[in-house]
Amino acid sequence: MSNWQVDEDALESIVIGAAVLGTGGGGNPYVGRLRARKLLRAGHAIEVVALEDVPDDWSLCTAGGMGAPTIAVEKIAGGSETTDAVRALEDHVGQRIDAILPAEIGGGNSIEPMIVAANLGIPMVDADGMGRAFPTMPMITYFIYGISPFPCALADEKGNRIVYPQGVDDYWLERLARSSAVQMGGFVGCAVAYMSGADAKRTAIGGTLSRARALGDRVRLARAVRDEDVLDGILAATGGRTLFEGKIVDVERRSTDGFTRGQILLDGFDGDAGAQMRISFQNEYLVAWRDGEVVATVPDLICMVNREDGEPITVDRLRYGYRVAILGVPCSELLRTPEALEVVGPPAFGYELPFEPMEVVR
Amino acid sequence: MRIGIDVGGTNTDAVLMDGATVVAKIKTSTTADVTSGVVTAIESLLRSSGIDRAELRAVMIGTTHFTNALIERRRLAPTAVLRLGLPAAASIDPFDDWPADLRDAVGGRWRLAHGGHEFDGRELSALDPAEIARIVRELVSDGVESLAVTAVFSSLTGETEQHVARIVAEEAPQVAVTLSHEIGRVGLLERENATAINAALRPLATTTVGSFRRSLGELGIDAPLYLTQNDGTLMSADMAERYPVLTFASGPTNSMRGAAFLSGLPDALVLDVGGTTSDIGALVHGFPRESAVVATFGDVRTNFRMPDLISFGLGGGSIVRGEQPRLGPDSVGYAITERALVFGGDVLTATDLAVAGGRAQVGDTALASGVDPALARRGLDAMRAMTEDALDRIKLARDPEPVIVVGGGSILVGDELAGASRVVRPEHYEVANAVGAAIAQVSGEIDRIEPSDDGRERIIERARCAAVDRAVANGAVPGSVQIVEIEDAPVPYMEKRMLRVRVKAVGELTDVAAAGSVA
Repeated sequence: MSNWQVDEDALESIVIGAAVLGTGGGGNPYVGRLRARKLLRAGHAIEVVALEDVPDDWSLCTAGGMGAPTIAVEKIAGGSETTDAVRALEDHVGQRIDAILPAEIGGGNSIEPMIVAANLGIPMVDADGMGRAFPTMPMITYFIYGISPFPCALADEKGNRIVYPQGVDDYWLERLARSSAVQMGGFVGCAVAYMSGADAKRTAIGGTLSRARALGDRVRLARAVRDEDVLDGILAATGGRTLFEGKIVDVERRSTDGFTRGQILLDGFDGDAGAQMRISFQNEYLVAWRDGEVVATVPDLICMVNREDGEPITVDRLRYGYRVAILGVPCSELLRTPEALEVVGPPAFGYELPFEPMEVVR
Repeated sequence: MRIGIDVGGTNTDAVLMDGATVVAKIKTSTTADVTSGVVTAIESLLRSSGIDRAELRAVMIGTTHFTNALIERRRLAPTAVLRLGLPAAASIDPFDDWPADLRDAVGGRWRLAHGGHEFDGRELSALDPAEIARIVRELVSDGVESLAVTAVFSSLTGETEQHVARIVAEEAPQVAVTLSHEIGRVGLLERENATAINAALRPLATTTVGSFRRSLGELGIDAPLYLTQNDGTLMSADMAERYPVLTFASGPTNSMRGAAFLSGLPDALVLDVGGTTSDIGALVHGFPRESAVVATFGDVRTNFRMPDLISFGLGGGSIVRGEQPRLGPDSVGYAITERALVFGGDVLTATDLAVAGGRAQVGDTALASGVDPALARRGLDAMRAMTEDALDRIKLARDPEPVIVVGGGSILVGDELAGASRVVRPEHYEVANAVGAAIAQVSGEIDRIEPSDDGRERIIERARCAAVDRAVANGAVPGSVQIVEIEDAPVPYMEKRMLRVRVKAVGELTDVAAAGSVA
């Protein structure tokens, strides 16, 4: 599947797949799903181009919403914010953007690039900069591998546009952009990571939208056909393995500096009867210990799904009594290099643990 | 003295209470028009207790009537949504995610206009009275009779929506107006949906509440009438006419509140076993724990405060099949007194197994003597397994908790349950829902986002005071008001630190406390 179109059916699957790949975080896709569906029903097309098919000389950027999700569910987008941010970036660099390169496949942020691509009538690339969800902007392969976060453009629904032409680094950009976002009403469209097609092929994780779609397809199939085991379907689509099956017996959760942190405890059943698993999280699931031994750590994906129907369990829905399966999915090799692990490895989240690929931990 | 009534799909239950004492109780069939069943119940209570109706201080009714009207798509008004928030809030249309048949049933008309606020209270865009007046005239000429008004961040300030209400009152006084800030909390689409549902139910609410009022008058009762809300508190009949949607799901809440009251246990699990299904929920400080999951009614997402419930298909009338007996999910329902074996019928039900297994004595126990005792035992084991599974799923921690069992089908439940520290069967368990209505209180709620500069303590204190004031405005005795819920959470991803705070206060109803009947 090199070039394809997102239709309503694919959209439903991507929403589910992106929630699984969101590893407990990534935000709620409900509003984004309705917006994308409205565009599709109005006759817009969402064309997807494979990463390897992107010409080297194309101009690309990422586009998405920035700000507080709690504001975005009350002040629903006007609809043109992110598109306007891309136009502001285009005006600044004096180049048309040829395709939208998604930032994050996990959770709600997977939908916004489709909306922008549909509005601008340009394709989106089947790739992203995480292959999952992460809590902050610097945790993205584009910046890790040297793409400049500048120029960056913001736009609100009122007609304000801001371009940051030049700056120190991605940390500075995040500070500056977030304070502008507050003045602009708390949630804005953002276009950033302006790069060439050649840069994208070097720094992006390819095939992630197709992967989310295939994953969602399998979950939906398993729900429709009783005989199909939903976990087998998810594992087949992601190349992961089941780390644990059990019941949540304790949830500890606290909210600090805008992040939800905590840990959960599971008692095993079936093949895992008698064993315990502990998982710690910060917006996303980060480290899993089985009877005290580390079995998976960030940046590998630790996904939690309802054992019965494959429904992904997000951090805000965790509670005692859920029967779940914990799935480990190897992350992209682009997240496993020394320079990437410095930004997205266990120490970056405060764990003094070495990263060991989940395939070698047994 | 006061009367509490719970109108369910099958039964109308009613109690007459004097302070904490149940003086009389009755279970009667729900009637299609709702009102005549209520009248029958009240007449029966008055007759059996022999009290003077002048002693009645309040009548409280919990009803599923409005929920059912929505689910059955009947008697809904031609309704329009007016959303204020342009140039924001234009990317998803009102009614977008409604089932097509429901959208058609209410007409599904909508307009977007300028107005609304930012998260920090700044004006998002200026309200244009001429724009609103033009829209109202258009909608009226399209046949709209009821209007739902939703402004962005109206839960911070209802100013914009109130201004619109004044314009409608001038342009089209015959149109009923529902303002979203009086219905729900932050979350535009869900609040707008709830507001639109309310608007669609307004004419039915006027008729129904009017007919309740008239019936009370004909019975010679001049005590004030209240309806129960889904959070276990009351609203006056006048309010209920304007906010029928707030009665949604009050049934399970009443039953859990009644269970807490009758057992004296404010923190426990409540298992309500009916004729077809059972509900299990958790009490926290005497109120149902609320669900974190979005509540849907008639397949429409709303932001209602719903009790966190797990329902499973076990009830007194559940039909039993097979040698390794499967129970339900179908049930003989209200026909149990004709169709179950112990009542002379020919259908093997869960109740028959309970009788044959020696757990209960209902109907003519001899009629169950033909049931194989081994089958009965396996059936009781299956019921226990279903119950224990649901019980484990509703709990938030591993420790055993007391379980209060109420409802007509509670004879199915044994005294030993894994995960239960004990099984409590309070007196009057079969009318716990009506008791819950009779003891309901009044509330006031605040939900706002503020800059954290002022300090968390002061922000919370201000919200507490505002919630208490709101409860008193709703009819609570000032001295009796207590804060039952405080939630605060930093708003994430914001450069400026913001705090979202939600406070709920409840207190005793003035009329009841004045009569000295509630401690």
